[in-house]
Amino acid sequence: MATIELKQVEKKFGSLFAVKPMDLTITDGEFVVLLGPSGCGKTTTLRMISGLETVSGGQILLNGRNVTWRHPSARDIAFVFQFYALYPHLTARENIAFPLQAQRESSETIEQRVKEVVKLLQIEHLLNMRPGKLSGGDQQRVALARALVRRPAAFLMDEPLGALDAEFRETMRAEIKRLHILQHATTVYVTHDQIEAIAMGDRIVVMSAAEVQQVGTPHDVYYDPANLFVARFIGSPGMNLVRGNYTEGVVRLPGDNRYPAPEAWRGVLPGGDIVLGFRPEAAYINPNGTLSGEVYASDMHGAYTMLHVNLNQTDIVHIRGDRQTLYPIGTPVRFDLDPAMARFFEPATEKALRRAEVRA
Amino acid sequence: MSNVELRGLTKHFPGVTALNEVSFYISNGEFFVLLGPTGAGKTTTLRIIAGLEKQDAGSVIFDGQPMESATPADRDIAFVFQQYSLYPTMSVYDNLAFPLRSPLRRMPEAEIKTRVEAAAEILRIGHLLTRKTARLSGGEMQRVSIGRAIVRNPRVFLMDEPLSNLDAKLRESLRVELKHIQKTQDSTTLFVTHDQIEALTMADRIGILREGRIVQVGTPQDIYDRPATTFVAQLVGTPRINLFEANLEDGALYLKNSNLHLPASGVSMPASLLVGIRPEDVRPEAQGKFVGKLTLTEPLGVETILHIESGGQTLLSLVPGMTSVRVGDDVRFNLAQEKLHYFGLDRKRIHIQS
Repeated sequence: MATIELKQVEKKFGSLFAVKPMDLTITDGEFVVLLGPSGCGKTTTLRMISGLETVSGGQILLNGRNVTWRHPSARDIAFVFQFYALYPHLTARENIAFPLQAQRESSETIEQRVKEVVKLLQIEHLLNMRPGKLSGGDQQRVALARALVRRPAAFLMDEPLGALDAEFRETMRAEIKRLHILQHATTVYVTHDQIEAIAMGDRIVVMSAAEVQQVGTPHDVYYDPANLFVARFIGSPGMNLVRGNYTEGVVRLPGDNRYPAPEAWRGVLPGGDIVLGFRPEAAYINPNGTLSGEVYASDMHGAYTMLHVNLNQTDIVHIRGDRQTLYPIGTPVRFDLDPAMARFFEPATEKALRRAEVRA
Repeated sequence: MSNVELRGLTKHFPGVTALNEVSFYISNGEFFVLLGPTGAGKTTTLRIIAGLEKQDAGSVIFDGQPMESATPADRDIAFVFQQYSLYPTMSVYDNLAFPLRSPLRRMPEAEIKTRVEAAAEILRIGHLLTRKTARLSGGEMQRVSIGRAIVRNPRVFLMDEPLSNLDAKLRESLRVELKHIQKTQDSTTLFVTHDQIEALTMADRIGILREGRIVQVGTPQDIYDRPATTFVAQLVGTPRINLFEANLEDGALYLKNSNLHLPASGVSMPASLLVGIRPEDVRPEAQGKFVGKLTLTEPLGVETILHIESGGQTLLSLVPGMTSVRVGDDVRFNLAQEKLHYFGLDRKRIHIQS
């Protein structure tokens, strides 16, 4: 049982903000991801929650109790680091049992809890091996087991998959999520990998330049990014963002393109400069489409293709196609957008505009 | 530009055979990607082509001419590395001009200027020419390194994981640019990577290297749709292909430890085999023939990975968009029969004539 509350928590190094004042309430059993590029303040935030870093201002509450100035050990939070320091001279079993021995649990309790967690992670066969004999993925599993065996109120994980190769990362990503579903321990998870964030998080806190950009579900940050940063950062490739000018129901775009604004946006859009945003899957090739450009490159991704279309010489948009959609460079193409998937941003503030129905 | 042929390239290092009879052919103007895990022999292959390493057997042939006696300089190749080896105190212009100012070339400054400016335009770094390279971002530095290769107009480009030090967003955009540049310049390129997405998206053809041997050579489509071995099937595609042991009984294929069974296709199949199913070919449908329990969903934005437990097996399914199915629910699904992959117990593809 753990709720975590940050109230105007901030961190300064000298006069520089590492984390600008932020509010965040994490409910019991929630999986919250702190996502952002390196240097955005996500790890500092996590370290403040754990108590490894002091705050420069604000309060941290665990289950409603103010722990802002409490020692990390008095916060009952398991920290899973990127590089697990497993004890090399101990077997996997001894490594997992270690935190319980340190807490002076009875040997029956220790045996019982190790057995449970080992079964959950399906690592029974590794128990008598030393870390040096284990693969990277298995070392991670043992480290996870060691964190789980304490039954902590919350998990704080700092890029635990960062050191793994792509294949293991996918497997471990699913495994950590599966464990969370089974155990429902409150989890705060730091990563710079947007795929990890949307695949795992109940909610995502997108950070950049020491500041929270958006807090929302994977669906929110993907479909309704709060600003240009989030639109670009989430998705692979990110949202297509094209500068244009709006007058009388039509957005004029580079390459002499004219895009009639969808109905829901007509009353909302201010006249003048505007940024049109759409995800690659929101666009589709149509010989009679309203928009046009020239193929810059098109590539195969296995289950789908990605078409890169040049609107003029500087604006390239990405369109997701089925497996057969490959065109030679220079081919003229026309395309359309799913009107429900169009988004608009204000260039000056970089903030998203909201549709009529969303506003209501 | 040239064509490149490797014939029976073999290289031993103490205790290991780094390359074992490696042969493939790169046509003039082709983008050829050598894909394999760490230690497969990719970099050794590049180094031998460049003349930086000597093979124990076999030959490297440019335009029909064996290169055995040619020095690295004679071979006229341009190498782009993972680490951008630029001169930090020089401007971008001088870095690009550097290979042209070699005393061996005696190239007039006017021509150097023309070439540097042309390369800078192709790479969209024209606005950076006066800047010191130490003050560039990682992506800009890698563009300059590629530019330094382009100005020379070499016979062959050799690229050794040039994108792997960049962050995901930059990697994505440089991938597209590199491909565009290669196609519009028609430069013969051998690109080495361990990243299957780079291989699929950029290559005209891919050579799969494993433990010093070529396992398969083909277009991205060939490699993805007709992998020659289970190794290739698992190397390309994300999430990974579902692979199950199966038995043939009474004209039906029974997947081990599951309730899944399929009609066997017309061709002769061994009694025991492996069946591969790409996640996008596991299709949840209301009237699906099979049923399983949803144990996990992983939304990726544009699509969602479903983990479906059926019997003792977990199948991964890839569906478009974000799904509303809940963990614990039953899911009905079909398997795209015509898209299945069959492998023998020797892990080699069983060819099905259509």
